[in-house]
Amino acid sequence: MTVLPTTAANPLRDPQDRRLPRIAGPCGMVIFGVTGDLARKKLMPAVYDLANRGLLPPGFSLVGYARREWAHEDFAKIVHDAVVEHSRTPFREEVWKQLAAGFRFVPGDFSDDVAFDTLCQTLAELDRERGTGGNHAFYLSIPPKFFSDVVGQLKEHGLAEGTPLSWRRVVIEKPFGHDLQSARELNNVVSEVFPPESVFRIDHYLGKETVQNILALRFANQLWEPVWNANYVDHVQITMAEDIGIGSRAGYYDGIGAARDVIQNHLMQLMALIAMEEPISFDAQSLRIEKQKVLRSVYRPARLDLHTSRGQYAPGWAGGEPVLGYLQEEGIPPDSHTDTFAAIKLEVDTRRWAGVPFYLRTGKRLGRRVTEVAVVFKRAPHLPFAATATEELGQNALVLRIQPDEGVTVRFGGKVPGTAMEIRDVTMDFAYGGAFVESSPEAYERLILDVLLGDPPLFPQHEEVELSWQILDPILEYWAEHGAPDSYESGNWGPQSAVDMLARDGRVWRRP
Amino acid sequence: MSVELTASNASQVAAALLQERRKAGSPAMGMVLTLVVVVSEEGLYDAFKAAKAVAREHPARILCVVRRSGRGASNLDAEVRVGEGNGGGESVILRMSGELVGHADSVVLPLLLPDSPVVVWWPDKPPDDVANDALGRLATRRVTDAAAIERGRQAAIMRQAQLYQPGNTDLSWTRLTPWRALLAAALDQYPAKVTGGSVSAARSNPSADLLAAWLCHRLGVGIERKSSKGPGVTSVRLATPGGDVEISRPDGRLATFSIPNAPPRPVALKRREIPELLAEELRRLDPDDVYADVARSLCLLAGVTPVPRREEAADPNATMPPTPTRKPPRRTLPKKAQASKATKKTTQKTAKKASGSRARSGRS
Repeated sequence: MTVLPTTAANPLRDPQDRRLPRIAGPCGMVIFGVTGDLARKKLMPAVYDLANRGLLPPGFSLVGYARREWAHEDFAKIVHDAVVEHSRTPFREEVWKQLAAGFRFVPGDFSDDVAFDTLCQTLAELDRERGTGGNHAFYLSIPPKFFSDVVGQLKEHGLAEGTPLSWRRVVIEKPFGHDLQSARELNNVVSEVFPPESVFRIDHYLGKETVQNILALRFANQLWEPVWNANYVDHVQITMAEDIGIGSRAGYYDGIGAARDVIQNHLMQLMALIAMEEPISFDAQSLRIEKQKVLRSVYRPARLDLHTSRGQYAPGWAGGEPVLGYLQEEGIPPDSHTDTFAAIKLEVDTRRWAGVPFYLRTGKRLGRRVTEVAVVFKRAPHLPFAATATEELGQNALVLRIQPDEGVTVRFGGKVPGTAMEIRDVTMDFAYGGAFVESSPEAYERLILDVLLGDPPLFPQHEEVELSWQILDPILEYWAEHGAPDSYESGNWGPQSAVDMLARDGRVWRRP
Repeated sequence: MSVELTASNASQVAAALLQERRKAGSPAMGMVLTLVVVVSEEGLYDAFKAAKAVAREHPARILCVVRRSGRGASNLDAEVRVGEGNGGGESVILRMSGELVGHADSVVLPLLLPDSPVVVWWPDKPPDDVANDALGRLATRRVTDAAAIERGRQAAIMRQAQLYQPGNTDLSWTRLTPWRALLAAALDQYPAKVTGGSVSAARSNPSADLLAAWLCHRLGVGIERKSSKGPGVTSVRLATPGGDVEISRPDGRLATFSIPNAPPRPVALKRREIPELLAEELRRLDPDDVYADVARSLCLLAGVTPVPRREEAADPNATMPPTPTRKPPRRTLPKKAQASKATKKTTQKTAKKASGSRARSGRS
C-alpha cells in the first residue's frame, strides 16, 4: 500500500529494506484554526512526535493561521507549550530547534484578502528558505461554516493548485455535514477547488492501531474467515460508550446528537471494516470499493420505532459522583430533543450477512468509556450435554476491544473443574498491553504522515460519507418527528427502550 | 516476585515459572518471543535492564545466560521473576558453572516459549561463528554488537560479515537506520546520479564501515572512508554533478542536511540507546536481506571471501530448534537463498521469498 513518490529513481530505496521508514518529501503544513483545542491537544503534539521519530522531512514548516495578533515567536511559544503538555514522546531540545525554525504565523480573518496575500508570501518564502518545494497541506481545523470562505480564498490566491512537480492538499475533520444534503453542499465547496485525490477527510478512528488490526485479524488469518458469515454469526454489536457528558461542547453538540456525532462516521466505518469482503489489495481504491459495497447493501429495519432507540441522560450518580442531566448542562435549552444516546439496528443485504443484524450504539454518560466490536456466534446446534450442564453457557463471542483496553477477547465454554459436567463461559485474552500501546503512535501521527505522503487508504472518501448519511438520514427524520428522546440515568447503559429493542429480537446487549 | 533456585535444573525453573504465574492469578500470556541474553556477570545489570525495557514493546520471556567459571562441579543457579515491570513477561537469570558452561543450550532449550521466535543477543563479545554456536543454533535471530567490543571492532564486524548466516544481525547495522533513512530522503528530494562519496566517522567504527559498504553496494560507486574525532558517524557526503549532498553531525545530536539548490537545514539525528536499537531489531524477525547484501559487499570490499550461506534458517517459521545432540548443519551446501540483484554473479539462484512486499502491506 506504500507508494513512495520516487522509489524507482532512488537507488538507496529497496523494497526489501523494511527498516527504512517512510519520510515525507519536502513539504509544509498550514493549520487554520490553530488556536482551537484540536490543534493544541492533537495536531501540534503529533507534528512534534513525528519530528521526534525522524519522519518529517528536513525543513518541514508549520504555518499557523488565526485571528490573533501574534508574532512568529508567540506562535512558537504556543506550540511549545502544547507539545510539552501533550506530546507522546519525550521532549528533546534539538528536535524542537529543528522544528521551531520552520514555524510561521499569519494573523487574519478567514475573509481577509490581505492576510491571504501574506500567507501566499509566507509560503513562497518557505519554499525559498526552507526548501518546502511548493508542497503544502492545508489543515482546516475550523467549523464547517467557514470552509467555503477559506477554500474560496485559497483558490482566489492561487494557493489551491499545485504544479506538476508539487502538490497542494486539504485536510478536513468531521463533521462532514449534518445530513446528506449538507454533506453534499460541503463536498461541493471543497471539490470545486480541490480534486478528490487531494481531499483528506480525517476520521481519527481509522488511524487507530486497533482499528487497523481489524484488517489484519480478518485477512491475515485462516482461523476466522470460515466462520465470518451468517452460518455461524448470530449478530454483531458495535459499541462506543463515553462516561463523560458533553462538557464544554454544548454549542457544538446540541442539535447534532450522538447519532450524527458518532454513528455516522466512526461506527459506520467500523461496521464496514467488519462486514466488507476481502479487498484485492490494501491500496486506497480497493479498500474504498469494498467499503462502499457494504455500505450500499446496508438496509434499515422497516419499523424504526421498534428497532431504534435514543435517549438523553438524566441527572444521577456516575462513577461515584453526582452529575447533571443533559437538559441541566450549561447552554442547553430546557426543551432540547438532542439524543445523547443512540442505538440502531442495521442489516446487510449480502449472502455473507443475510439475516445477521448489526446493532450500533453510542452514548454519553454511560457506564464506562469503552469502544468495542463484538461478533456473537450462534449456539452450537446440538449439545450432547444435559440441559443443566450448559445452563450457564452463553454464546461464543469474538470481541475486538478498540479502546481503552486494546486487544481481542474470545469467549467460549469450558468445563468447571469437579466431578459434575458443568460448562461455563471462559475468556481468552490477547492484550496489546498497556506499555506496548504507549509506544505505538497516536492516530493523528499516522494520519498526518499519510497526508504528507499522499497515502490515502485510511481516509474515508466522499462516497462513503454520503452513503452513511443515506443510511442514517431517515432514522434522524423519524426521530425528529417523534418528540423527545427517552431519558436514562447517568452512569448506566442507556434507556429501557434500547434493552427492549434487543429483547424483541431475543437478544441482550453485552455489558462491555 | 522473585524466586531463587540453587543447584537447580531446567524443569525446576519451568515449574517455578508456572507457579509464579499462577500466584499472579495467571494473567494473560501476551509474550511473543523468547529473548536469550548471553552475557557476562559484569554486563548482566545493563543488559538485563535493556532487555526488560525492550520487553515492554515486545513482551518476551527473557532468559539471561551467565556463564561463570568452567572449573569445579557443574551447577545451575536460577533467579525467576514474573510480572515485575517487564511488560507482563517473565525473566530468568541462569548462572551456570562447571562443565554445564559448555552445555548452556541444554538448560535453555526446555525453557523456550512454545512455537514462537527465539532471539539470542550477545551484549558483549559474541562467539566467532554465532550461527554455529550451540545457543545461536536455537535462535531465529542472532543479535551481536561489534561496537560493544573493547578492542578490534573493525575485525569483529568483518568476522560477522564473513560468517553471516540468515538470521544474523549486528546492532552496528541497526544504528544506521536513521542515517540511511535521511540519505534515502535526500536522494528522494534530489534525485541525481551519485558519482562518488565519503563517510567520516570515529576511527574503528563498525557502523561507518557498514554504511560505506551499503552506499557502495546501492550506488555502485566507490565510497571513501575517512577518520574523524567522532562521536560515531560524523558526516556522509555524496558527490553529484550538481553539487554535494551532505549530512553532517559533529555533535552526535543535531545534524545539518544540505542538498544542492536548497538552504541547509537542521535535522535531529540522535544516537540511540541499546533498548531502542534492540526494539527495532525485534520488530522484524525474518532474515534481513539488505544486511546480508551489505555484509557481502563489506567482504568483497575488503577482499575477504564470505562463507557460503545456509538455506534452512532463512525460513522465519523454522522456529523448531534442532536438538542439541544433532550435528551442526553442513555449511557447504550450494548457496541458493539470499541472492540479490547486485550480487548474483555466480551460481546463485534467487530463491528470495516475497516476504518483503507482504510485510510491507502488513504495516497498514
